[in-house]
Amino acid sequence: MATYRCIIYMLAFIICGSTVFITADIQTNQGKDAESVFLEGVRGTTSDPSLVLSTDTEDQTQSAEKEQNREAIEVETNLVDAPSDNIVNHVHDTMQTTEPPPSEDQTQRFAKDERIWKATEVEENLVADAPPTPKETDHVPETEQTPDVPPELTAKDQFQEELVIRPLHSGDIYASFQFRTLWDTDFLHGSKVSHYRLFPKSLGQVISKFSVRELHISFTQGYWRTMQWGQPFLPSPPGAELWVWFQDTVTDVDVAWKELTNVLSGIFCASLNFIDSTNTVQPSASFKPLGVGNVTDQRFLRYAVLPREIVCTENLTPWKKLLPCGSKAGLAVLMKSEKLFHSSFHSQALHIRPVCTDWKCTSTSWELRQTLNIVLDLHTSGQGKREWSLFKMFSRTLTEACPLASSSKVYVDVTDNPQGELFDLSPATSLLSQAVVLGDRRTYSVYDLTDPATFGQTHSLNMLLRWKAAQSVEMLRPLLHGERYVAGYGLQTGEIHTLVYNNHPYRAFPVLLLDIVPWYLRLYIHTLTVTSKGRSNKPSYIHYQPSKDRLQPHLLEMLIQLPPNSMTEVTVQFERALLKWTEYTPDPNHGFYVGSSVISALVPSVVAMDTNNTQERPLFSSFFPCKEESSYFMRVYTEPLLVNLPTPDFSMPYNVICLTCTVVAVGYGSLYNLLTRTFQVEEPSQGLAKRLANIIRRLRGVPLLS
Amino acid sequence: MATIEVERHRGRLAALAIAAVVIAVGVPLWWKTTETYRAWLPVAQINQLAQLQLQLSVEVEVVFARGSLSAEQQKKIPPSQTHQEAHAVDDSTRWRSSYETRYRTATIMEEEALNQASAEEADGALHMLSENPSGSVVIYVVPESSTLLSEAVSVYVGQRRTALMRAVNQMRGGLKEILDILETRIKQVLQVMSFSHSDITAALSSRVRLGDRSREGLSDSMRAFKSSPGYEVTFSLLNPDPSSHRLHWEIEPAIHSYIQPFLTKMAPVANFSLDSQILYYAVLGVNPRYDPALGAYTLNADSLSHVINPVEARLGSSAASSNPVLNFLLYVPDAHHSPLHITDQRRDPVPSNAFSSPRWGGIMVYNVHTDSDPVDIHIDMRRVMGVFLPQLRLMLGVQSTAPPPGFLIGPCGTVGLADWELDRLMWSRSVENVATAMTTITSLAQLLDQIGNIVINDNIAEQVSSAVASLQLAVGQLEAGNLGLAMQYSKEAILQSERAFFDPSLLHLLYFPDDQKFAIYIPLFLPMCVPILLSLLKMGSEARQRRQGQIKMD
Repeated sequence: MATYRCIIYMLAFIICGSTVFITADIQTNQGKDAESVFLEGVRGTTSDPSLVLSTDTEDQTQSAEKEQNREAIEVETNLVDAPSDNIVNHVHDTMQTTEPPPSEDQTQRFAKDERIWKATEVEENLVADAPPTPKETDHVPETEQTPDVPPELTAKDQFQEELVIRPLHSGDIYASFQFRTLWDTDFLHGSKVSHYRLFPKSLGQVISKFSVRELHISFTQGYWRTMQWGQPFLPSPPGAELWVWFQDTVTDVDVAWKELTNVLSGIFCASLNFIDSTNTVQPSASFKPLGVGNVTDQRFLRYAVLPREIVCTENLTPWKKLLPCGSKAGLAVLMKSEKLFHSSFHSQALHIRPVCTDWKCTSTSWELRQTLNIVLDLHTSGQGKREWSLFKMFSRTLTEACPLASSSKVYVDVTDNPQGELFDLSPATSLLSQAVVLGDRRTYSVYDLTDPATFGQTHSLNMLLRWKAAQSVEMLRPLLHGERYVAGYGLQTGEIHTLVYNNHPYRAFPVLLLDIVPWYLRLYIHTLTVTSKGRSNKPSYIHYQPSKDRLQPHLLEMLIQLPPNSMTEVTVQFERALLKWTEYTPDPNHGFYVGSSVISALVPSVVAMDTNNTQERPLFSSFFPCKEESSYFMRVYTEPLLVNLPTPDFSMPYNVICLTCTVVAVGYGSLYNLLTRTFQVEEPSQGLAKRLANIIRRLRGVPLLS
Repeated sequence: MATIEVERHRGRLAALAIAAVVIAVGVPLWWKTTETYRAWLPVAQINQLAQLQLQLSVEVEVVFARGSLSAEQQKKIPPSQTHQEAHAVDDSTRWRSSYETRYRTATIMEEEALNQASAEEADGALHMLSENPSGSVVIYVVPESSTLLSEAVSVYVGQRRTALMRAVNQMRGGLKEILDILETRIKQVLQVMSFSHSDITAALSSRVRLGDRSREGLSDSMRAFKSSPGYEVTFSLLNPDPSSHRLHWEIEPAIHSYIQPFLTKMAPVANFSLDSQILYYAVLGVNPRYDPALGAYTLNADSLSHVINPVEARLGSSAASSNPVLNFLLYVPDAHHSPLHITDQRRDPVPSNAFSSPRWGGIMVYNVHTDSDPVDIHIDMRRVMGVFLPQLRLMLGVQSTAPPPGFLIGPCGTVGLADWELDRLMWSRSVENVATAMTTITSLAQLLDQIGNIVINDNIAEQVSSAVASLQLAVGQLEAGNLGLAMQYSKEAILQSERAFFDPSLLHLLYFPDDQKFAIYIPLFLPMCVPILLSLLKMGSEARQRRQGQIKMD
């Protein structure tokens, strides 16, 4: 009987000890429960048909479920707040030529909705399936327009380089390099290409090995300040951004994506290998192919951003090595890293896509575009004098064009200086060119480096721009821009605010907002509110993919109509999750980054966009293909967020072990004593008083007390 | 008093029960929760394989043409004969060669084929008759008076797996003597056509620590790449001055007609992928010196070692695979350093104007004569490939050893590789693969044995087991003389062993230093175990006292 009792006590102690460890697990489980509960709550209480959420249930297979979600959204999306009529109309026109008609079993309502939704799709996917319209010509490579190209360069591949310098209203200088390699070859249809001339071999091997259809990668240090600097030619978020469309022959896209990121991180010396399923998403609408091909199945798209990535010379060197002339000749000699990285903003990018070779798009060629955008702050370093020169900016001057380039040009933006009253540009050039860029007609002075006369007597070109007036004209406010911040206090909950500004005085236009939030910020989607001008603004399309702990991030895509001259605020609350102690970064108190929101839009143009392409177009204005005269495509990235998560004391596990062990040992020890000691009544010993009395008695010789 | 005794008894029982629970439940629980998972590995088989004992069997067929033997000798020919020879390379490495020689007389068709005008034609005609499996050798013994072989030539080695041998002149001697003389000569033929002692020793060099002297002898094999299941062959055209030279090379047709047939034939040995690129502004690392005597710039053999490094940074490693890259560079010097000649130690220009770097590739300098710039230059690919193809052969380990006197090696034809050369390469490659895979597996087993904290997952155990199985198959096929299968299995073995060895899961070393372990365990174990131990000791001493008391009572 006694033995039995002992065993029970022992077991009780073991259980007590283990509870300490189990509680930690329970906490995380409760978090998961809470999440599923609120999602169900949303599903039950949603009365607004426009806010249909798709929630993940684990028993469905992922792909099937996404299909369902999308269908559900498309069917039930409310049309009351449809975009303004003219957009619908012109979209409709485009659709006639480009999109297959909706299937017959769809209702009229659905068809109409489909059309609106496709609008954004079509508009982004302008080159998708090119009809032989003159509008398409803007995308035709410039082979026909460059008669002075050496004959053999037109044969297989050609290379163009270009530098645009734009004085910004803030006093900074924006310099944008673009290099384009066009290669008439067929990667898409099987044939193994392995002979490289101008196209870099390492990238060619990557494309053919992983069956990549389009690849866009950018490394950015600093944040582009739209309100001060206007729009960049090519937007990019801080950190590293990578998005890839795979060919539809790829069977396991996830495996290919994983290997591709590893290979790319080797090529560019970047930490792209940190891209895994927890930061990869498949946006349904925001990132459509920019090249040829009407693939719209998002299964073949992967998008990831690493906002924490630091960009430095080790990324620039491999990027420069991909240029045919390296940094030995042409515009690339200006790329001296100590100058380039001594800048307010640095962004280098690489875009590979298939493009049409001719008007009718009978054959495709690969386009590799390497871009480098920097903003130099010469105002503060130049002792208050506003002037710049090539030598001041890059500590080099230009001496020759890259001999392999079919065109090599430097553009300087002189729009604000029509009569030369604001600044002087020397050496003066008679060559002026006008281009419509980002909805604005700009005038550029052009220096053609293939023409030896450009270099003059000194055999070197060092442009110098000197301001006469102290202050330049007011800058037009950019039509679209976004901001984002985290609100709230404490370490438990918070709220993400995304502000989207439409500064157009009278036109409303729809934007697509893409938000990727890591799983450890648990979004409460029922708290999602969209307000414009103090009134609720119902998004006409929502695609939401809930996160899975340690597996996938939240993905939220919305199509929002921005009223004219307004600020639209999107808020959503979140709860901070507790991470496992090994999941924290080495500096957890720095905070955790949340990537930028992406706002993609077709912005109404102030001037008619240049769709008529009889003249040569500079590279910087031809990246996002433009189909409409009245609008142009634009992508805006907001700031990345830095969120503090509750951070434990990392010596805690050892303390817990020691404390638990001590508690167990003390409890066990007393129990052990209780069980094994025998207790017996002992004769009470003499008290202190009695002993003292006895000593005195002994001294006195009196009989002792017993 | 009785109640006290009962209490004491109960206390003892309780202590015993607690000790029992700790031993029966606690210890196994602790053991189970802290052990590292280690799947079963075929250690016994690996240890058995560590003692490398290879047997290489070659099937040799000796065919006597009419007139090479007398009629009665023909009747007495033994049908077959096996000749074995043991070689010990090392304490743990030895191999045996076994030649299974079959003798027969020529058929009528073969006689007809042998009646051709020249040895080359006979070789071709004999090949039409029968296809020999890879690894085997057929030797036709032609009569001494045959006109097929010229005077000085006693053995002609053809393009295929056949050799023609002049019969011995001692026709009168007994069959025994004739066969003995033939035997030595057949051995010579086999050393040329299949493998020699030095080949196999070189192939086993990864296992064996060699002295400096034997290392010198292996310079030939050290020039070639290590055996690998695949190679990337890259041709690069270096154009240091694109503004004055516009270079055009018809690389695609050139590869198609010169390189591709060779690599197709090499397909059983490895997979090859071919690439080409043009690099602009790529310069050599050394400034060539102007030599007034030659009227040209020269690169001396001593300075060639500095040429490659700066170029290599531009070449770019292969992004898409981890196979070794063979680089072949065609360098067109710019106008200021033209013409450029590579000179040897005695400062004489090398006629090919090319050099190769062991286990890396080859560089050829291609001079162009320009008066005005820019000029379009079309490169003569026939000349270029004439240099690169032999270099490629060397890099891939196709050895061209000097034949013994009296031997004539037939021209290797359009492909650039004779069948027996391929066999020879396959012999040494499969032995090398087997040796490498075995080394990998045994060192993995040693490592896992030494570090007990490494987790061995099931997939690693599976890979190790299949590598061991493939190794055993490869060794078996070598023994059976099936060279093609042996090559294939040895490639599989090397792939699987490497995959197991470099598996990332082995890196997740769950390693805690002992002091940390004690720091974790002591707060729990010390207070729990000390009372148990003390009470057990006390009980033990009490029991002993009681027994002694009982003895005294008795």
